[in-house]
Amino acid sequence: MKTMTGLLAAAALMSTTALVNAETLRWARSGDALTLDPHSQNEGPTHTIRHQMYEPLVIRDVTGAFEPALATEWAPKADDPTVWVFKLREGVKFHGGEDFTAEDVVFSFERAMQPNSDMKELIGSIKEVRAVDDLTVEFVTDGPNPILPSNLTNLFIMDKGWTEANNTVNVQDFEGGEITFATTNANGTGPYVLTSREPDVKTVMTRNEAYWGRDQFPMEVSEIIYTPIQNAATRVAALLSGEVNFLQDMPVQDISRVDQAEGLVVKQAPQNRVIFFGLNMGADDIEADNVEGKNPLADVRVRKAMSMAINRDAIKQVVMRGQSEPAGMISPPFVNGWTAEMDAESTTDVEGAKALMAEAGYGDGFSIRLDCPNDRYINDEAICQAAVGMLGQIGVKVNLNAQPKAQHFPLITDSKTDFYMLGWGVPTYDSEYIFNFLVHGRESDIGTWNGTGFDNDEIDAKIATLKSNTDLDARNADIAAIWRVVQDEQLYIPIHHQVLNWSMAEGVGITVDPEDQPKVKYFTMK
Amino acid sequence: MLSFILKRIGQSALVLLVVGLVAFSMFRFVGDPIDNMLGQERTQADIDRLRTQLGLDQPFPVQYYKFLQEAAQGNFGVSYRQGREVSEIILERAPATLELAAVSALIAIALGIAFGVYTAIRRNGFLANFIMSASLVGVSLPTFLIGILLIYIFSVELGWLPSFGRGETVRLGWWTTGLLTESGLKSLILPAITLGLYQMTLIMRLVRSEMLEVLRQDYIRFARARGLSDRVINFRHALKNTMVPVITIIGLQLGAIIAFAIITETVFQWPGMGLLFINAIQFVDIPVMAAYLMLISVMFVVINLIVDILYAFIDPRMRVSG
Repeated sequence: MKTMTGLLAAAALMSTTALVNAETLRWARSGDALTLDPHSQNEGPTHTIRHQMYEPLVIRDVTGAFEPALATEWAPKADDPTVWVFKLREGVKFHGGEDFTAEDVVFSFERAMQPNSDMKELIGSIKEVRAVDDLTVEFVTDGPNPILPSNLTNLFIMDKGWTEANNTVNVQDFEGGEITFATTNANGTGPYVLTSREPDVKTVMTRNEAYWGRDQFPMEVSEIIYTPIQNAATRVAALLSGEVNFLQDMPVQDISRVDQAEGLVVKQAPQNRVIFFGLNMGADDIEADNVEGKNPLADVRVRKAMSMAINRDAIKQVVMRGQSEPAGMISPPFVNGWTAEMDAESTTDVEGAKALMAEAGYGDGFSIRLDCPNDRYINDEAICQAAVGMLGQIGVKVNLNAQPKAQHFPLITDSKTDFYMLGWGVPTYDSEYIFNFLVHGRESDIGTWNGTGFDNDEIDAKIATLKSNTDLDARNADIAAIWRVVQDEQLYIPIHHQVLNWSMAEGVGITVDPEDQPKVKYFTMK
Repeated sequence: MLSFILKRIGQSALVLLVVGLVAFSMFRFVGDPIDNMLGQERTQADIDRLRTQLGLDQPFPVQYYKFLQEAAQGNFGVSYRQGREVSEIILERAPATLELAAVSALIAIALGIAFGVYTAIRRNGFLANFIMSASLVGVSLPTFLIGILLIYIFSVELGWLPSFGRGETVRLGWWTTGLLTESGLKSLILPAITLGLYQMTLIMRLVRSEMLEVLRQDYIRFARARGLSDRVINFRHALKNTMVPVITIIGLQLGAIIAFAIITETVFQWPGMGLLFINAIQFVDIPVMAAYLMLISVMFVVINLIVDILYAFIDPRMRVSG
């Protein structure tokens, strides 16, 4: 009894909210970085934390365009298209005071190519990295690689001396449970310096006053306190009560409430992620339907009809509360190859869809199972539920099977689903990435996410040339031609582009980044 | 006596083995951890390599056997999500959960007994009736709702207490405590009330009904007839005699408090073992799930074992029938 009254009295005496420096960014999102080792774990929230402390050669700004970071200029070598030359920034120092030189770049890339590295796939085309002088690095690729810089935007540079001195030259063996110095400490060239870190609890960073871009960027945040808060309601409550002043992973249903709250704003931007349904058109007969001996999805008219039955505007208004952009192609905008015309190709026409179904011989419809995740994309299960009703209008009776992502995604990779939801983001900002994973016929290391059974040798050959075609006009023409086939075959049923919502206290000036990768050096504080 | 204890220990070990077996047979249905561990750029070769490396290509009885073999040597494996030793992670998280559970239990016991006695003595008083009705809320509202309500009132509207986390902590050896700092204590209040509310109501209702029972006994009447003061009758004679069943329940509920902390910890982002377990489920982090489930079942089994043995000491009939 005494304990309790004591506690209550103490609580009543304590001031309302703790005094915090006005320039402190108190930042919350649903998850934490998995490790600080720059080359282990190629994962969004992990990269976000690293970006504050480490820097790659190039980064993307909020429009998706390249911006110089540790490199100031880059171009393929004039006489040899298999070599990229990067000029490095002069006078950059690591947090520990070490000079940044070409040697560090060579070292970091070699580290990122180690077997334990999670970044090795992204730089698989690089055969050799060599330092020409202190501020020039050459990358030799296994063939001309016109889009190499796109793969380098999350490839962080470490200091060779620091890494060697701390016995952390090898990338941590994450699956083996290895902890190295680099998993809990950081020494980058970035705008913020690690002060303390408790995984899954709190990470604190302070401003790097010696940062090369100290005068070039606002850098008005002097301290970052990053706290993962998993429960959506608690996350929003922390923002409403003023305990955090910047929130990622904003729940859609709370957006209007937060926007109306005094002193808080919600900002939006189209996200680098498109949501769509995949259809198994390749199988002779599919298991998840009631049609024996043939596959209704093999008929392009059925696929078109199913797409026409989906009312994307209704999904936007009702399910997403306005937080989506209806899509006509499975590429986010700002990706090379995306066109406004193709993105407007999805139309809703229930009567036309019924006519197409009848023409294909499925006037009475058929039934099929739709596999859907329920914890991966914004309102994923609700979107699928809406689609069930819409497809019912043209006689396609859908049995919805919604389950957690850990159970859903293996269905796609193991070819155990004929009708499924998938979302896709394009880190390289180029259509080749989409084609490699979603359009190319499925093989062991390419087409891995193509669950449609679509396998066209001519298209596959065309996709293969994209990798090394340095004639960008011809390359873009090929990309457009491949997209035309994807669109005409209705390989996928596009639903919408996700919209990203960040919310913050009014004084915090932030432009939403389509990659969901806030870079605090751009933030302003009032 | 010794054979009784040995028999009970043997039964407890069997229960543990069965719990582990059931847990392992269920992990397959939680999903495939491989997909979470590798990025979307992974190839089939990566998947196969990792699956073999983790032993996930083997049937679950084999996985279970290997787990037991390692666990017997105190090795619970490596977390798939955090890439660190599970035993180390659990040790790091245990203080948060244990402190929360201890404070919740204290609140539940102190307030539960006080309210129970009060409502028994003032059976028809206005305040007693109010407490009884209000306690229905404690039993019937789910924990997460109470937590969110408290956050809404005390953090969002009034701004008195933090809505999440543990505040500043102080390190004492391997133990981190939030009891020594202002922000740590403030952070503890809401989750402790949320977690302890159900147990408090339970204890209060139990104390009340036991107390009413005892107050009807002849010796209380004689005590009154002797002219003893109400205070002596109520607290020395009546309360003491109600405590036997109450203590049993408190013992059993202590385990429940630690196990049920999962929900409270999720709502308040309390960095304890429950939150760790929820994270593990979402990521299909099998080593963490297995270690946590075993830990909780060991705890329950040990508590039950102690209660059984205590009973046997108190009541010789239990030895014969047991």
